Amino acid sequence: MNILVPIKQVPDLVEELEINASGTDLDREWLKMKLSEFDDHALEEALLIKDDQGANVTAIALASDDIDKALFAAAAKGADKLIKITGVEGSSTHEAAKAMANVIKSMDYDMVLTGVQAVDDRDGQLAVLLAHYLGVPHISVVTGVQASGGSVTVQKEYGGGMVAEFEASTPIVLGIQAARETPRYVPVAKVRRAMRGSTIDEVDAGDLGVSAGSTVSKMYKPDSGGGAEMIDGSAEDQASKIMEILTQKGIK
Amino acid sequence: MSNQILVIIEHLKGNIEDISFEMLGKAREISGSAGAELVALLMGSGVDGMVGQLGIADKVIYVDDTNLAEFNPQAYCKTVSEVVANNQPKMVMIGNTSMGMDIAGGVSVDQNMPFIAYVSGISGDGNTITSSLYGGKMNVDSALSGDGCIVSVIAGSFKADAGRVDGSPNVENASAPDLSGLSIHFKQLIEPEGGDVDITTQEILVSVGRGIQSDENLPMAEELASKLGGAVSCSRPIVDSKWLAKTRQVGKSGLKVKPKLYLTLGISGAPEHIEGMKDADLIIAVNTDPNAPIFDYAHYGVVQDIFDIIPALTDKL
Repeated sequence: MNILVPIKQVPDLVEELEINASGTDLDREWLKMKLSEFDDHALEEALLIKDDQGANVTAIALASDDIDKALFAAAAKGADKLIKITGVEGSSTHEAAKAMANVIKSMDYDMVLTGVQAVDDRDGQLAVLLAHYLGVPHISVVTGVQASGGSVTVQKEYGGGMVAEFEASTPIVLGIQAARETPRYVPVAKVRRAMRGSTIDEVDAGDLGVSAGSTVSKMYKPDSGGGAEMIDGSAEDQASKIMEILTQKGIK
Repeated sequence: MSNQILVIIEHLKGNIEDISFEMLGKAREISGSAGAELVALLMGSGVDGMVGQLGIADKVIYVDDTNLAEFNPQAYCKTVSEVVANNQPKMVMIGNTSMGMDIAGGVSVDQNMPFIAYVSGISGDGNTITSSLYGGKMNVDSALSGDGCIVSVIAGSFKADAGRVDGSPNVENASAPDLSGLSIHFKQLIEPEGGDVDITTQEILVSVGRGIQSDENLPMAEELASKLGGAVSCSRPIVDSKWLAKTRQVGKSGLKVKPKLYLTLGISGAPEHIEGMKDADLIIAVNTDPNAPIFDYAHYGVVQDIFDIIPALTDKL
């Protein structure tokens, strides 16, 4: 079985985000990037399937700063092949999906597993856009995948903890919400070994001819005007104030 | 392009989901100022009785087909795409929900229509569309390059009551596109397993997020919750790490709660979480990051290490 896993880097939200001078994007100069957590789950699910029943796992990413490190980390975790797509100018998900589709359509694959969403995919989620550019069916918000032969059973999460189960034939694109296990950790030393031991195939994106159909006119921090009344002081002071509020509200 | 706003109605187990009414209410506001026609698209099998709950719409397009009896990503996407192609609405509103995420992007590609996701605000004239990105840390306004767009709306962004109007709107029965040869088949709905605690009935919830760092720290939160007379709930990462059962999860894919007190410990407040708790009577948030979006929704905010606050608070109870 061949499983393709599109991955990408996103800003690490633990860091403070600043807006650029034109007010339309993040100030990316000092931005710390990390693998999108949902892509991490997609990669984990692919690797678990490989562990269980054997599979060839290929990690695919668009070229960007630091992406080589993310690809080598995927190899260190168990990905068999690494592909980097070059020649994509824009940053929209539509362009990324079309570029991925151009490269993937000539490949032999059973499943594409990628993150259900990313923190910055303003014009839509990659999985569903990619599936439609490929003309292949798609299921999103997936929390379980059981593949056998040419078919796959998929669990899709609804609200309230309800799960819908589908049976589908391959090839299929799945937007992974969560892998069945916590994504594996890989030590830096192992990533370094992967950098020496594996290669990244570079492939051109080809003709895109698509766009998001919209642009960012303004980026701003959400209005915290209606936000919280902040309680200052030491932890001890703050705890006392919380107790006061709870008493006032008749909670304690 | 027609002067039409098309709202995709979502329903599960015979109930129209709140997100549908939230979008209908907002769509009515926009259509009112733009003189647009508000059209609701209802798909299913034998669910025509739901039309009576869609009285706010000028028209309901009803597509009845056995292949649409249960949600099916492929069948629903094809059907919405066909209705969009036939009606050319200037705006298509779809929930940013599990079902909506299977539809919106597909229609965008198939009908070559711009798609703006994670929408949390639309101006009354419909011209300013705001998305909540970066885990709720940034708002982004989008400018359309041309006419027509699909928006996927985050649940809880608009008031459901505004769209919940009984009545008998005009119904246009439309036939489904050819749905033979689907490669995705619905098998079953799996109900959540009952947990030890029903967090939706608890009056006091102490809710933990990534900031709790390890399952070894959970007993601290549990002690605090029990001293407050409540229970521990959590955000998604805690369930993904298997530290707490799925039944304790608050948010988009978890449960919606409305306790008297919702005390968050180390929850940043991504839109998926906010969706499940924003209506709590009293929200007190503790987080080390002063820019955490949770502080925009909490009544009281505490910037502090939770491992300092938890013992200080527990001691006082």
